[in-house]
Amino acid sequence: MATVETADTAVAEEGGVRRRDFINIAAVSFAGAGAVATVIPLVNQMNPSADVLALSSIEVDISAIESGQSIKTSWRKQPIFIRNLTEKEIAEANAVQISELRDPQTLAERTTAGKENWLITLGVCTHLGCVPLGAAQGEIKGEYGGYFCPCHGSHYDTAARIRKGPAPKNLEVPEHEFLSDTVVKIG
Amino acid sequence: MSFPWAKQYTPTTEFGQWMDKQLPLPRFIYNSVGAGYPAPRNLNYMWNFGSLAGLFLVVQIVTGVILAMHYAANANIAFDSVEHIMRDVNSGWMIRYAHANGASFFFIAIYLHIGRGLFYGSYKAPREMLWLLGVVIYLLAMATAFMGYVLPWGQMSFWGAKVITGLFEAIPLVGKPIQELLLGGFAPDNAALNRFFSLHYLLPFVIVGVVIMHIWALHIPGSNNPTGVDVKGPQDTVPFHPYYTAKDGWTIGLALIFFTALMFFLPNALGHADNYIPANPLSTPAHIVPEWYFWPWYAILRAFTFDFLFIPAKLLGVLAMFSAILVWFFLPWLDKSPVRSGSFRPKFKIFFVILVIDVLVLGYCGGAPAEEPFVMISQLAAAYYFAHFLIILPLLSSLEKPEPLPNSITESVTGKPLKTAS
Repeated sequence: MATVETADTAVAEEGGVRRRDFINIAAVSFAGAGAVATVIPLVNQMNPSADVLALSSIEVDISAIESGQSIKTSWRKQPIFIRNLTEKEIAEANAVQISELRDPQTLAERTTAGKENWLITLGVCTHLGCVPLGAAQGEIKGEYGGYFCPCHGSHYDTAARIRKGPAPKNLEVPEHEFLSDTVVKIG
Repeated sequence: MSFPWAKQYTPTTEFGQWMDKQLPLPRFIYNSVGAGYPAPRNLNYMWNFGSLAGLFLVVQIVTGVILAMHYAANANIAFDSVEHIMRDVNSGWMIRYAHANGASFFFIAIYLHIGRGLFYGSYKAPREMLWLLGVVIYLLAMATAFMGYVLPWGQMSFWGAKVITGLFEAIPLVGKPIQELLLGGFAPDNAALNRFFSLHYLLPFVIVGVVIMHIWALHIPGSNNPTGVDVKGPQDTVPFHPYYTAKDGWTIGLALIFFTALMFFLPNALGHADNYIPANPLSTPAHIVPEWYFWPWYAILRAFTFDFLFIPAKLLGVLAMFSAILVWFFLPWLDKSPVRSGSFRPKFKIFFVILVIDVLVLGYCGGAPAEEPFVMISQLAAAYYFAHFLIILPLLSSLEKPEPLPNSITESVTGKPLKTAS
């Protein structure tokens, strides 16, 4: 053992890198890369599984929603608000100065062209995730006639834009598409 | 810990010195598996299976914790949740196959580790406690593996649970109540499944605790070696790191190649197709056997087909099966030969080989159907198994004339008598 060490040290002292140094670095790097490669699936297993992703889009029949009414449905285990805006609510939403908004967006940007009366949003307050009131009959709609979150008092207007309270963003509009006049596909 | 010439841990950085004063964890690691642990210089490859068993224990815990994130311990959905893991969970199939085959690799490592101890007399003084703790680990591993196999709630799971808890029914008078207590019912159902899951999650951590004590007990006398001769001086040892960390690392790499090969290409080779049928309490599979690592003990259980005096065959089989492992607890006191290593015991060597063959025969019979000629072979092999420990070993201790031992480890390695210490 002692003799082997002496021989190796001699090479190192000549200014060269020992074969053993190279083997050491190569072996440890290989093991390290293998360890990282192993960790990827071990962490990725926590991402949504195939059966959860399979629920990623729903089709909703909206034919029964009269003007001024709204419904709650569920998409990816989260509430969805589908609201049939009245002429008055659309006018109110369009009357707002965009520059005054915390999260500037027009009603047109939040709805489908030609179907501006259909406001489809997630029922998840952008503050800390509570479900705002205002979609069901008789619920408080807040100071701006849209939605009101009872947790920390965020007020949303008729385009579900944040107007007052701690929430930073408008209620999120999920990707959606009208398959016909009465059926909308969300997701 | 063990030898006065062990390298001392000296932290070089300021942080290292601060840490050493407050929580000397790096010092602990250094002294247990670092340069501070001098190990005999002549350890052969049979000394690599302890670290491999440790590796697969870690594999089992990591994959098991992950599987528990997706598994549902409820008799109605347990089977489906396993299929959910196989089909829906990202890489779930891989993690489950790693867990199922990891159990087999854990037992391969542990059996070779036990075999090493048996041949080289690692159970003899001053390492009796080390051996006893090892037997405890093995018993815990058996219980853990059995309960884990119940969790997928397939046909083999269900009937395995039924048969193994049925063993307790053989106990006179209180057998039936004990079986009902263990199952929380009259047959395996939701209550049994839930407690098995709970214990299957708990026991591996108990094993880790006993493993720590096992390594602690190892470090007091230091490792045994192929000559069985005590370490006499610094020339007989090398620091564990880098010598044995590198050697263990090499076999860890090899083991992982075999492990992944089995896991990816033959994932069900060691399992039973019947376990992909949901548990059915009204129909027993035609050929019911446990996992391969229980086969030798299962053969001993089935070898007792006759009543003896007032003891019924069923109770005899159960007693024999448990005794087959419990006899290991007495091994340090059954084998009184002062020579540790089988290399220097010409007769022991022969009987050791016969014992290995005997256990393999038992294993084969345990996996075979319970019919002739396997029953008779099991009976003979079981009888020999007990004879080895209870008759042959004690007799050999006094009858055998061992070969002369080398004066030291270094002398056996270099082949030259030791003159100076270098």
